[in-house]
Amino acid sequence: MTTDILTVADLKKYFVIGHSGILKREPITVKAVDGISFGVREGETFGLVGESGSGKSTVAYTTIGMYRPTEGSISFRGRSLFDGNKERPLAIKKEIQIVFQDPGSSLNPRRSIKQILELPLQVHRQDENRLEQVVRLLEMVELPPDYMQKYPQMLGGGEKQMVAIARALATDPSFIILDEPTSALDVSIQAKIINLLIRLQNEFHLSYLFITHDLSLMRNVASRVAIMYLGKICEVAEAAEFFRNPYHPYTRMLLSSIPVISEEEEKLKPKKIISTGEIPSPVNVPTGCSFHLRCPAKLNVCSEVDPVMVEIEGQTGLARHTVRCHLYGQAG
Amino acid sequence: MSIIGLVTVLLIVFLAVFAPLVATHPKHASAFVDFANASSPPCRIYPFGTDVVGRDILSRIFFGFRFSLVMGVVVLALVVPPGVTLGLVAGYNQGTWLDTAIMRITDIFLAVPPLVLALAMCSVLTPNLFNAMIAVSLMWWPWYTRLVYGLASTLRNEFFVSSAEAIGASKAHIIFREILPNCISPIFTKMSLDVGWVILIGSSLSFVGLGVQPPRPGLGTMVADGARYLPDQWWISVFPALAIVVVVLGFNLLGDGLRDMFAAEEG
Repeated sequence: MTTDILTVADLKKYFVIGHSGILKREPITVKAVDGISFGVREGETFGLVGESGSGKSTVAYTTIGMYRPTEGSISFRGRSLFDGNKERPLAIKKEIQIVFQDPGSSLNPRRSIKQILELPLQVHRQDENRLEQVVRLLEMVELPPDYMQKYPQMLGGGEKQMVAIARALATDPSFIILDEPTSALDVSIQAKIINLLIRLQNEFHLSYLFITHDLSLMRNVASRVAIMYLGKICEVAEAAEFFRNPYHPYTRMLLSSIPVISEEEEKLKPKKIISTGEIPSPVNVPTGCSFHLRCPAKLNVCSEVDPVMVEIEGQTGLARHTVRCHLYGQAG
Repeated sequence: MSIIGLVTVLLIVFLAVFAPLVATHPKHASAFVDFANASSPPCRIYPFGTDVVGRDILSRIFFGFRFSLVMGVVVLALVVPPGVTLGLVAGYNQGTWLDTAIMRITDIFLAVPPLVLALAMCSVLTPNLFNAMIAVSLMWWPWYTRLVYGLASTLRNEFFVSSAEAIGASKAHIIFREILPNCISPIFTKMSLDVGWVILIGSSLSFVGLGVQPPRPGLGTMVADGARYLPDQWWISVFPALAIVVVVLGFNLLGDGLRDMFAAEEG
């Protein structure tokens, strides 16, 4: 039995974007993340998938500490990440690192690669020979040592992302949040970055929270996959189970809209469901199940009652499979 | 145009630094009397004429550049470090009490016209160049705080700042090593444009007798000295006045050039 390295429990993050009314000042909030729970196991890649606006990046930013949760908790190895208003201790910052989507913005254009990679070493490992460490970090991400002297704008998108990965590794973390690490890159480089990430994971026994909108990518990378829709998780399952046997209508819609090339692949997909509509604004979340406006299998109850997460028997043996949909009642 | 600005500024700096060597009558820079040649119109020996006590206007202008440049450089040296630091701190801590405190104080200082405060201060204290510089500095830092505040409050949302925070870098590191380097170009542009303005205000103070004190040759002081003899002995006022125009114009053209250069680099 593997243990959770990161536990997210009933996490809510609301953003106040304005106020309604003149006398009675009711805050208008965006419910970016609205009560989600999941655990990331030691050494696995947990894929968090959703359309833009589903709140998946908010989960990443809250975990790394850029936001404080409105409600709920995130704990790392049983220790809460939000202890009152106190600054997160360095010992925890060392363990949790992040790679952002856009390496153009995550590397300071005024600092050399050497300076960028030295920062985590300065903060976390004062005693060692820094220059050697920087060279070693560059080697880890397959970049030549003379890149040290370069500035980010002299590098290509993929190379920049490799530097960002090297920087995340520099603190010797055990958990890395990957916030769409490949979606700003050319397709030819995406595979290289993914392979690099997988190799590093095996080498350093890393756990990943992999956030993406690219469901097909998850098939090869993730151990477990969760689908997010409008700030809530619809379905969580082991990757193999998830792709073979999706339950939630939204998951089916997403899976059936993955473009494929071969006939065999086509057979693996659930039967064609036409995607309709777009994700509604998280300011005005529909009542009941937030997906009912687009759902092809809508029941009467769907527009009134928000379903709860239920665990159902996975078809691929012992795999746990949880889904949040009225189609699958409490009985399971 | 910016090349003209650069050449003008370099020429003025050269003339100011080497004034004792370049000026034809270096002794005329201070108390000196030569009534035989008093109020001489421009001629071959005195290209810009002489003043009412017979001092060479051109030589005095060269020495006057010294006071103008000292004014510009010292005021900026006093103003930029605290102004920029406050802007960085307030911008990085946007939305906190620290931001509110710094920016409201800044607003209060911005509400007072610099020339008026300088006039008030210099008339209470001893009127001299030093006090004029202090007075102008007191009114000038908020512009840098404002400028840098705007930049820093945008830059704090960049992912490289978030990355540094996730690593656990100190606030001092984030403010001075991550954010400040990205503010340098606008700060330099503003500084080069401000030199001209500061010199202009310094000359204005000298003109009303609150800056450089006679017999020292402040450009504003010289304009004021000659004002009584207008229009008959026009050269006593007009040439120092033109010198002020050239200095200010030179720095402004240079500043414009720097701004274009940085804009091209960013784009």
